[in-house]
Amino acid sequence: MTDLLALMAGLAQLSVIAVGGGSAVLGDMHRLIVDEHGWMDDAGFARSYALAQASPGPNVLVVGVFGWHIAGPVGLLGATLAMCVPSGLLALGFAGMRARLVGARWLKRVERGMVPVALGLVTASALLLGETALATWGNLPLVAMAITAATAGFVFLSRRSPLWMLGGGAVLGVLLLG
Amino acid sequence: MRPTAKNLFTAYFQVGISSFGGANAWARRMLVEKRGWLTDGEFAERLGLGQVLPGPNAMNTAIIIGHGFCGVRGAAAAVGGLFAGPLLILTALCLIHDRFGHLGVVRGALAGVASAAAGMMLGTAFKMVSGVRPSAAMVLVGLAALGLALWRVPLPWIILALAPLGVLAAYREVK
Repeated sequence: MTDLLALMAGLAQLSVIAVGGGSAVLGDMHRLIVDEHGWMDDAGFARSYALAQASPGPNVLVVGVFGWHIAGPVGLLGATLAMCVPSGLLALGFAGMRARLVGARWLKRVERGMVPVALGLVTASALLLGETALATWGNLPLVAMAITAATAGFVFLSRRSPLWMLGGGAVLGVLLLG
Repeated sequence: MRPTAKNLFTAYFQVGISSFGGANAWARRMLVEKRGWLTDGEFAERLGLGQVLPGPNAMNTAIIIGHGFCGVRGAAAAVGGLFAGPLLILTALCLIHDRFGHLGVVRGALAGVASAAAGMMLGTAFKMVSGVRPSAAMVLVGLAALGLALWRVPLPWIILALAPLGVLAAYREVK
């Protein structure tokens, strides 16, 4: 129980400084969970991340897996709330302010100005995620790159559900690595 | 068409349970392509705000979009819908992983999903760029953000440095 409270306190602090999203503070989470408290080792940390990737939902749910490791279902829920509630209240406050300013030209400019920053960051996260995934493929990095490139092309060119490609990737993974 | 809080919950619930590899790509697909509630540009603006605010950006974006349509109720509906399904599924996955996580089949499938998920994010980014049709100045700011992030510059610094440039680039576009 004290472990869960310590995890929640640490995550709540990260929540309000996590500019760029949950994955932006993954390094700080590693420091908190592996280095400071020793709740899991490096490999456990990486496996937790992969497990969260295999579940649908926002990427931030990785903190739920950390919570699970420490305190089961209560930990999963507690860690997710600790990571989401503080910044969520901030975002809600911002959304309320935005509603009162709607139509203001300077706000339009600020919003439009964030678009290229957002697109650059999304592209970078995709490439970094692809690089992380390479490590799990052992001596078959070219297969991993081909799956990433093929999925990117599929999503860009078609309106069909990306689930086809995610499922295909899983099947290839099972056949080649399983 | 303006969605109700109930519409938002339903749409975001579907986003939640299908959003393998991160929710932003799926939220865009649902709100822009399927429901037509937002244009590519409007979605990108809200996503941009969601990323500049601290905290999980898919959640921030859901709060801003939900609040924009239906106030606090809309924000709560969008976030509730987004998280409800995934929390249950993740609980089940953790249970399964505790028992079978050591098997090669499980590890192989996880590797395959991870690589495809990266491609999905990449394809979505391309789609949004072509939907937004950025000016040359915008493209430069975007490439700078990409380069700095790949170079592992901490995100708060990237945003501090590039947000003003982005606004400057937008200055001439928004009359």
